[in-house]
Amino acid sequence: MKKLTELCLHEAREGLLNKDFTSKELALDHIEAMESSRLLNAFITETPEIAIKSAEESDSRLSNGTNRELEGIPIGVKDMFCTKGVLTTASSKMLSNFIPPYESTVTENLWNEGALLLGKLNNDEFAMGSSNETSFYGPVINPWKRENEKIDLVPGGSSGGSSASVAAKIGLGALGTDTGGSIRQPASFTGTVGLKPTYGRCSRWGIIAFASSLDQAGPITRNVRDNSILLKNMCSHDPKDTTSSSKEVPNFEDSIGKSVKGLKVGIPNEFFQEDMPNEIIEIWNMGKEWLKKSGAEIIDVSLPNTKYALPCYYIIAPAEASSNLARYDGVRFGHSVQSSDINDLYKLTRSEGFGDEVKRRIMIGTYVLSSGYYDAYYLKAQKVRSLITEDYNKVFNNVDVILTPSTPNSAFGLNEKSDDPLSMYLNDIFTVPINLAGLPAISVPAARDSNGLPLGLQLIGRPFEEETIYSFAKILEDSANFKNIENQWWIK
Amino acid sequence: MSVDKENVIKIANLSKISFKDHEIEKILEDLNQIIDWVDQLTEVNTDKVSPTFSSFDNDKGMKKREDIINDGDYREDITLNAPNSEEGFFLVPKVID
Repeated sequence: MKKLTELCLHEAREGLLNKDFTSKELALDHIEAMESSRLLNAFITETPEIAIKSAEESDSRLSNGTNRELEGIPIGVKDMFCTKGVLTTASSKMLSNFIPPYESTVTENLWNEGALLLGKLNNDEFAMGSSNETSFYGPVINPWKRENEKIDLVPGGSSGGSSASVAAKIGLGALGTDTGGSIRQPASFTGTVGLKPTYGRCSRWGIIAFASSLDQAGPITRNVRDNSILLKNMCSHDPKDTTSSSKEVPNFEDSIGKSVKGLKVGIPNEFFQEDMPNEIIEIWNMGKEWLKKSGAEIIDVSLPNTKYALPCYYIIAPAEASSNLARYDGVRFGHSVQSSDINDLYKLTRSEGFGDEVKRRIMIGTYVLSSGYYDAYYLKAQKVRSLITEDYNKVFNNVDVILTPSTPNSAFGLNEKSDDPLSMYLNDIFTVPINLAGLPAISVPAARDSNGLPLGLQLIGRPFEEETIYSFAKILEDSANFKNIENQWWIK
Repeated sequence: MSVDKENVIKIANLSKISFKDHEIEKILEDLNQIIDWVDQLTEVNTDKVSPTFSSFDNDKGMKKREDIINDGDYREDITLNAPNSEEGFFLVPKVID
């Protein structure tokens, strides 16, 4: 019999409803895939016993007709989401012993709809990174390789375990978080679909905080429809997060297959980078053609402050991080180095518990917030953020979505950029402005580059117009006819 | 603007992180590279611009719940992750002599 991991989320949903197989069978095939794919290092904690127990409940609900929207669907969860009673590390030594006494709202919503937890997924430490190489648990390996090459590639980051596991068919979807591109860039590197919702769509309660004004949870899946199904069940208004929106959550799946005829697509000329590979420009042009053929109108637009988004982000995100990460003091939870002096206890704990990139960002953040520099850096960046947001507001008066590449390059090799923080930061050049403006955006696999590696296109929408994004994304997906990876070299 | 060694030590102190001597050189270099790069924001005229602290659509203001206790009584759960606790309290070294 064909392995049930070959199905995507909506196919599995249908199969379960038709009683073609049981939820337990579906879970067992995914557990087997998880256990035989450890070469990828995608999971920090595997939870087969939780998956099986939930699958048994799902099977009884499916047979007695009380099944819920995600009944029996196995998924992976980035290790930034607190899961009650299950180790939650943020891929940091600092939290390598942390067992949350509570559940994040987003995961709670999914379990309440019948989804099953396969395990907790590796990521860059505290979600700070673009390659998954800053994880205390070691890098995740991208299932994709360049044609005729054996070099290990990064799966992108920070949601690298999420993107790699979905590409490798370990789970019907995965949760990620996106502060500056951490869902969309890894999706682009692994040929998967990743969406960052509008700021406020998903509750941030129980998600380990990195930069609170930018962080959002979102789904990574193998196709656009699956993405819309997972997102719907993640969103809710949550009294425990005052920045979570009380707007009604639409049935996003209804927008799949909707016509975009007469809608307008903006092409921002500031996203043309001088040193951008030709292939990226060609794929971007292809995307324009596909949308044009579907009856959408293509319009050149300008987002003049785009070049300032990345430096602006690298003031704001570290500033918020330095404040959020002050809680790791070795007293209440997490790693702790004991000392008879409180100051030494703090310092020893933090010096040992945090990795280099996290320390670097705490240092930058503390610097830009420190007395004498606050106005020059932090306040200045917040003003530039207003200008960037204003650019998008103006453009969205005239267009319905904006189309750009997701990343300036395809997946790179392990250790290729890890010594140079700045060159790593530049990987998020197309994704960061969207977080600053709080907008929703998706990355859809569009083509393979000359090395056979996936490349994604990004669609950006107005606040709370994820539905429009999904309609356009489905057209890109159908036109691209992207084929997932076939050679499962990592299976043992 | 650039950062010197003394500055790095001061920031490290504020951050409650200690660096060994050889690490200081590296972090100094990294910080200066990053600060030089973010300095390009000085090109932008922001004289009449007000800052954005959050993109949350708070036209209607953030919702405030009623100030009543609706959660709690998890003392044991909360101290379970503490490296040192006693009778529901976190233990710390003596802070004031």
